[in-house]
Amino acid sequence: MIRLDALTKVYHTSHGDVASVSNVTLEVPEGATCVLLGPSGCGKTTTLRMINRLVTPTSGRITIAGRDTGSVDPVALRRTIGYVIQQIGLFPNMTVAQNIGVVPRLLGWDAARTRKRAEELLAMLALDPGEFLDRYPSELSGGQAQRVGVARALAADPPVLLMDEPFGAVDPVNREVIQDEFLRMQKALRKTVLFVSHDIDEAVKMADCIAIFRAGKLEQFAPPDELLGRPANDFVRGFVGSDRTLKRLRRIAVSEVMGAPNGAGAGPTVSTTDDLRRVATLFLEHGVDALPCVDESGRVVGTVTRAAVATRLGAR
Amino acid sequence: METLHFIMGNLPMIGERTIEHLSIVSVAVGVAILTGVPIGIAITRNQSAADTVLYLGSIVMTIPSIALFGVLIPLLSKIGHGIGYLPAVIAAMLYAQLPIVRNTYTAIRNIDPALRSAAMGMGMSTLQRLWRVEIPLAMPVIIAGVRISVVVNIGVTAIAAYIGAGGLGTFISRGISQTDVRQLLTGALALALLAIVADTALLWLQRRLAPKGPAVRP
Repeated sequence: MIRLDALTKVYHTSHGDVASVSNVTLEVPEGATCVLLGPSGCGKTTTLRMINRLVTPTSGRITIAGRDTGSVDPVALRRTIGYVIQQIGLFPNMTVAQNIGVVPRLLGWDAARTRKRAEELLAMLALDPGEFLDRYPSELSGGQAQRVGVARALAADPPVLLMDEPFGAVDPVNREVIQDEFLRMQKALRKTVLFVSHDIDEAVKMADCIAIFRAGKLEQFAPPDELLGRPANDFVRGFVGSDRTLKRLRRIAVSEVMGAPNGAGAGPTVSTTDDLRRVATLFLEHGVDALPCVDESGRVVGTVTRAAVATRLGAR
Repeated sequence: METLHFIMGNLPMIGERTIEHLSIVSVAVGVAILTGVPIGIAITRNQSAADTVLYLGSIVMTIPSIALFGVLIPLLSKIGHGIGYLPAVIAAMLYAQLPIVRNTYTAIRNIDPALRSAAMGMGMSTLQRLWRVEIPLAMPVIIAGVRISVVVNIGVTAIAAYIGAGGLGTFISRGISQTDVRQLLTGALALALLAIVADTALLWLQRRLAPKGPAVRP
């Protein structure tokens, strides 16, 4: 668990003091992904960089698993926190294997264990270890490099992962793919992730909770469904966009709104694990008001109706 | 033809003077590397120190070598080394400083800030960052500075023959004083050849030490 307590960063400039982050308090549960969201210059990156103490807070406290980060040597602290940046920052003088092995080496792992870990991580990120381990960063595409960046951050198996717009430099098609891979991986690894983004769609897709920032202040901190369903103020409402209801559909599973089977006949069906985007699409395409839901074996286990969806969307 | 005869007849002496020459150049450049690289790294942390050091370095570079010897002779004669090896090495070392300091400074300064950020964020200490990331990446540019220093020093050391430091310049100084074209040409050819060979060897080293991959090759 990561807890930020009245976290503040003030920069002294020639125009006087500027609060880049002011009085931010939030708590990210163990194993959750929290997206720090907001326009550029809102303090989200500064907040992230205070967690691994690349930026020293002016006041306030950060605790990771109950331990005050201010009381630990910053260099030692950083070795227990994975860090991924938008520019990737792979060291061009090192091979992929050496890049991934940076933190293990700092921690004194032996060469064989480090290399084995690099192989394991590449395989997990859908890169063939045999092909990629001994390549140099200049021989990788953008998407491959960013995967290696993620592998490098995970190398020493840190409980916490900080990601600063990690997929921002990847083209839209690859970004979807790499986001999906990351979600699948995160499901297995359950790291506590803080993820900076300026993209509401990415936030809704990735986050267990979203923290929206404006001008250094935390405007709202809530799970995506609540943020979209009940924006705290006009700024949040404007930021999430007028199609916020459509965005919500992505995060609601069919199983959440499914009623008992009503014997609806032939035609399209949805899976219980689908999200409501597919349901809404089928409602519109086929002009129907109800759809049978099937489980993995194809057996009809329930029905989803327009009324049930409306109730779910209006319930909050 | 006469010159060729002279060369063939004096090969051992040419070899000896080449070694003298190289020993002055290599000691001077060696000391300049050991001092210039740390200075170049240190001044990346302070802009005004950097400005001062680079300004001083360029002043030294503009002093003609014969004038610098003129200053060193009275100074070093106090410890009994007014002429010969020591003033030659010191002068050469001073000329070697600026290219090494300046190239080190520029190379470290030009390293992508994202790499520094990544290195720090992963928990490298300042020294680890220097050794594992910044110096390896700066190496080709630092070696390029060493190349300039070596070539400059081969020239400066040739003039040091006039203060009795030996080396290949001796052929030239004697050639002039004895109006002996053979010695003059021998010295000139040997010096030119030495400079070209040294430069080529260091260029090879510079390429060898460049990080792999087309994007970062100098």
